[in-house]
Formats: sequence, C-alpha cells, structure tokens
Amino acid sequence: MSKPTDKPVYIEPNYTYGDATLHYIQQAAEHGLYEIRGLGAKRRVPTFDDLTFLTASASRYPLEGYREKCETKTVLGTRFAKKPIELGIPITIAGMSFGALTAQAKDALGRAAGEMGTSTTTGDGGMTPEERRSSKTLVYQCLPSRYGFNPDDLRQADAIELVVGQGAKPGGGGMLLGQKISPRVAGMRTLPEGIDQRSACRHPDWTGSDDLAIKLSELRELTDWQLPVYVKIGATRVKNDVKLAVAAGADVVVVDGMQGGTAATQQVFIEHAGIPTLAALRQAVEALEEIDMVGEVQLVISGGIRSGADVAKALAMGADAVSIGQAAMMALGCNARHYHMDGQLVDATADYAAIGTAPGYCHHCHTGLCPVGIATQTPELEKRLDVDWGARRVKNYLQTLTMELTTLARACGKSNVHNLEREDLAALTIEAAAMAKIPLAGTEWIPGHDGC
Amino acid sequence: METMTDTDKAVRFDLDETSVRDLNQFLHHELAESGARHIEVLNPNGRHNIAVGMDAPVSVDIRGHAGYFIGGMNKQAGITVHGNVGWSVGENIMSGSIRVKGNASECAGASGHGGLVVIEGDASSRCGISMKGCDIVVGGSVGHMSAFMAQLGTLVVCGDADPGLGDSLYEAVIYVRGTIRGLGADAQAEPMGEEDYARVAALLDKAGFDHDPKAFRRVASARTLYHWNADHHQEY
Repeated sequence: MSKPTDKPVYIEPNYTYGDATLHYIQQAAEHGLYEIRGLGAKRRVPTFDDLTFLTASASRYPLEGYREKCETKTVLGTRFAKKPIELGIPITIAGMSFGALTAQAKDALGRAAGEMGTSTTTGDGGMTPEERRSSKTLVYQCLPSRYGFNPDDLRQADAIELVVGQGAKPGGGGMLLGQKISPRVAGMRTLPEGIDQRSACRHPDWTGSDDLAIKLSELRELTDWQLPVYVKIGATRVKNDVKLAVAAGADVVVVDGMQGGTAATQQVFIEHAGIPTLAALRQAVEALEEIDMVGEVQLVISGGIRSGADVAKALAMGADAVSIGQAAMMALGCNARHYHMDGQLVDATADYAAIGTAPGYCHHCHTGLCPVGIATQTPELEKRLDVDWGARRVKNYLQTLTMELTTLARACGKSNVHNLEREDLAALTIEAAAMAKIPLAGTEWIPGHDGC
Repeated sequence: METMTDTDKAVRFDLDETSVRDLNQFLHHELAESGARHIEVLNPNGRHNIAVGMDAPVSVDIRGHAGYFIGGMNKQAGITVHGNVGWSVGENIMSGSIRVKGNASECAGASGHGGLVVIEGDASSRCGISMKGCDIVVGGSVGHMSAFMAQLGTLVVCGDADPGLGDSLYEAVIYVRGTIRGLGADAQAEPMGEEDYARVAALLDKAGFDHDPKAFRRVASARTLYHWNADHHQEY
C-alpha cells in the first residue's frame, strides 16, 4: 500500500465520463435494462427563463398593477364545437391518469381547477366518477390504449382531447408498472392485476392524418358536434403536425414540449426525444400563421410551464392557454419534504431515502412508492395526501400564477392577457433568440432569421 | 326520413337526400320518441360514421357499402351492413351487435368492450386489435396482426389468419379453423378443451355459421411479456 502524501492532489475532472455518465454505465452494466422513471426532461434546454419582458416605460403606457382590470377569460373550441369551453384563466391542468395518480390526487386537482374556473383532464385510464364530480370542466382524453374509454363518459365530458403523442415520449406509449396496477386500475383498464402495462403507441382504429380527420368526425358525431375536440401532439415535427391536426378538423391543438412529464417511461426517451417547449411553441404559432388559422384554432402549450412568468411569455409568443402537469403535482406536494396528515406535517425524508432518492430529486412515480401519496396505488401511501389540503395548495398555486401573469400583462399595458405579444419580449441567450425567434436583448438580432 | 309503415314502426333514411349528421342526430335524440324499432339506411355509398353512438335496442339495416367507423361505440342496437365496410367497423362496441354481410377493411371491432361483431366475408389486418371484451366472428379470413394487444374477448376466424396473429395478446382468446400463417410475439397455440369447444359453438351459433367446433385451434397469450424482463433481449 502506498504512503499518504502531503502534496496537494489535483484530480482532473472528466467531462466525457462524468459522474452521471459513470453512474449510467454502471447501472446498465449491472441490470442490462434501460432506466424507467417519471417526470420530464431534466437536461438543460432553453426555456421561458431565457426570455424577458420589455414592460412599459415612456414608449408604452402601463396599467395600474392592482386596480385596473386585466381580463384572463379564455375560450377554447370556437371553430366547430357548439359548446366551446369558457375558462376563467388560461392555465389548464394537463392529462394525468388515474393509475399514475391516486383518485384523491385527481379529486384535489379537479376541485382546485373548478375553484379557479379552469379545466382538468383525464388520462390513460379512463374517467373516474371522483374526477367527474370534482371537475367543473373536464377534458376527456382519447388515447391509443383506449383503456376505459366508453361513450357514456364521452358524453359526460366537456371537451375531448385526442392524444397523438406527449412531449415526454413522442412516438411512445404509456407505461404503468405492475406495482401500480391495483384491482381498481386493472378493472378500469381491462388488464390482469399486477402486470407491467405498456400502452399502445398508435391508435387502434386509424393511421395517418386522413384517417384522423374521419376519427375526429366520428367523435363529433358521437357527441352531436357539441364538444370541442382537441388534438394533442408531442413536440417533434411541430409545424407539420399542427397543420395536419388543423386539416383533420381540430378545434384546439395542444403541443407538449420535451420537458413535458410522464408517470413512467424510458429515461432515454425522456431526455433524447422531442424539442424544447420554447421552440415547439414558435413552430406551432408559425404553422397556424402559415395556414391563416390564428384565432380560429386555439393553441395550448405544455411542457415545463412553472410560473406566472412562463404563462405570460407563452401567451405573448402566441399560445391561447397553457397546460400544467408536473407543476400541479408539485403544488400538491410532489417532491416536498413533508406530507400533511391529521393536521400535522410529517417528514417523509426517510421514505424518499428508502427508494433511493431525496426530496427535490424524486422522479420515482413509476415505482408506485410515492413518499407523499400522489403517484401511487398503495392504500397506505394514498392516505398521505389530504385532499382538502392538496386542493387548497393547487388553488393557491393557480391563483399565484394568474396574479403573476396579470402583473406582467398590466406592466406591458395590456388589459387582457391575450393581448400580450411577441413585441413585448426579448431573448437573453442566443439559443433562445433562435428558437423563439425573439430578438436577442439589446439587439435586433434573431439568429437564423433573414439570413443572419 | 320516411316512415315505412304504421305497423312495423320503421323509418328509412336515404343518405343521398339526408346527411349522416342528421341521421345520427335522429338516432341519438328522436328515435325513442318516434317509437321506431327498425331503421333502414339507403345509399350509404361509402360514407363514414353511419350509426355511431347508438344506445337503443333497435335494428339498423344499412343497404350498401359503407365507410369507416360504422356503428362505432354501439350500445344495444343490432346493426347490419348489406355490403362491405371500411376501417374500424364497430370500434369500441359496448354491447349489441354489428353484422357485415360482405368484407371488412382494417381494424374491425377495434378496442371493443362488449357485444358481437360478425364479418361474413373476410376481415383485413388488425381485426380485433386492442379488443377489451367483445366477441368477433369472421366467416372468412383475417389479415396480419389480428388481435394485436387484444385484452379480453374472443376472436373466431372460420378461414385463415395471416402472420402476426395475436401479437402481444393479453387475456383475449383466438380460435382459427383454417391455416395460421404465423403467430405474433407472445402468442401460442394451445390445446382445445371442452370449454373452448362450447365457447366456439356458442359464438358460431350466434353468428349463424355452421362449422364443427372441433375443427378450430386455440391461440392465447404465453404471458411472457406480462412482466418487464431484460432476458428477452428484445427477441420476441
């Protein structure tokens, strides 16, 4: 054994084979199987943080931040539906399945959304009576798996969202590992209990955009052309896909960027497929502009929307509304150190540690062992989410986002959040300027635009 | 819309004169009040989405060839197409029955939860894909990847089955009388038992086909894909 030395030691870092890469290689070598996890892309990509508002000063006239009205009402589905959706705020709750989440979590999300006058969305497991009861406005997803899909629930919905793909795994199907296939989940999905369930990645009854048009017509015929029909796509070839969705007859197009979440899929899929939400939004808006459908077809953007500033920037770039999933879960208590039970905060750190993670870093939705009782189907863990407490927190969160949104809108001189515009924005990085096609702050430069 | 007679409580729609939307609106909202027990649809001429979302114990006869999604999400009604159909006839059927006197294109009975789909001729590929409890009886042959990811229910094929039959099956069961040109991942041929003979006989009887149940072979899931397993090496 060599003797210890007092000489300073310089350990050269390895950027090609850093800690994360070494861990990945060693895990792959040990298990021979890719990693499955929940949530969305964690890698650094350009985001709405890389934009800033050019609020009013001498050349623009601001509105008073507290007293002057700033409208947040949002209407979706004006193209064909007899009953468009009217929302109080342009922030909706994204599709998350019962199965991935507990019935209690769905209930809490529905209540919070209802109190704020916005919608929530079913997921890859059908509609539960709890979420229908608690959700004032409920969007019913038609997914490739069609688990639990039926005409009675369809007619009870307020809007339909045909899901072509999602940002966390565009081109892939859902996944729910056996530990979350409880008897109730299995029954709703017509699956044996306890199996590792892999949802289809393609719809069973149509292929291609011409068929999609007929499928959307079927859904409209079934609901007597009353309900708005959304088409949700995972952000890859956004321009083409938005145009095809519009050509197929969508009232609303939902574009989910690569930071969009999932309850479980392959890590390689989450981090290495799709394009960032920022780039996706610009492409989606351009697609609508090119086919002269801005305003006729509404655009909802999702994937890593976290704050009122994100919402405001998304609207300024051309979205009609945003949809939030992971952030709503976090408002419920996902990744918090404590959960709330019997009026007390209970420390869950040891439970995070037991599944190999810590508060703030958990993406273990796939295990069903959610330390805070949100992404589980285990009765004991489900009790950790106090529905009233959770609903209040999500409502508070939505309220905060809305206040931040209107604060920025007023400061830009807008009496309606939908009047925010691209001209109100500047980019802080070259990458964001290029992706969002917003000039780099202090310049007129948009990289890649007009031959620059 | 035309009332055929006062006694048989039947109404007739000519789709050269009435839109599919008007037909469906009648079926959804005015049928019960009309007292009609039988609906006849003339000149379908390949139109899509005819008689989707029905929820009444009536019979519907579609006289001619029809397009996609005929009888989609049907409940209770007995729908007969006197011709061929396009894709996804009876998709998501919940109950009742749909009979196609001719051939069906792809994905017949896709994701059906209950009820019966009968194709008297051939059905193209992915017949019974994702089925969740319905029964499908095909008088002729089925195309490739039929019963792909089928979860529950029964597919009876009186003719042949193209390759990829029963790929990624869950608990649905397939019976084939003719040649099986290849099984899909995790599908396996299994011996027939008395219960199988009875199940096939009952469905043949309901579908109106006269075959010996003993001539059928059973295909079901080997259940090797039910749990995540790296040792498959993706060689399914």
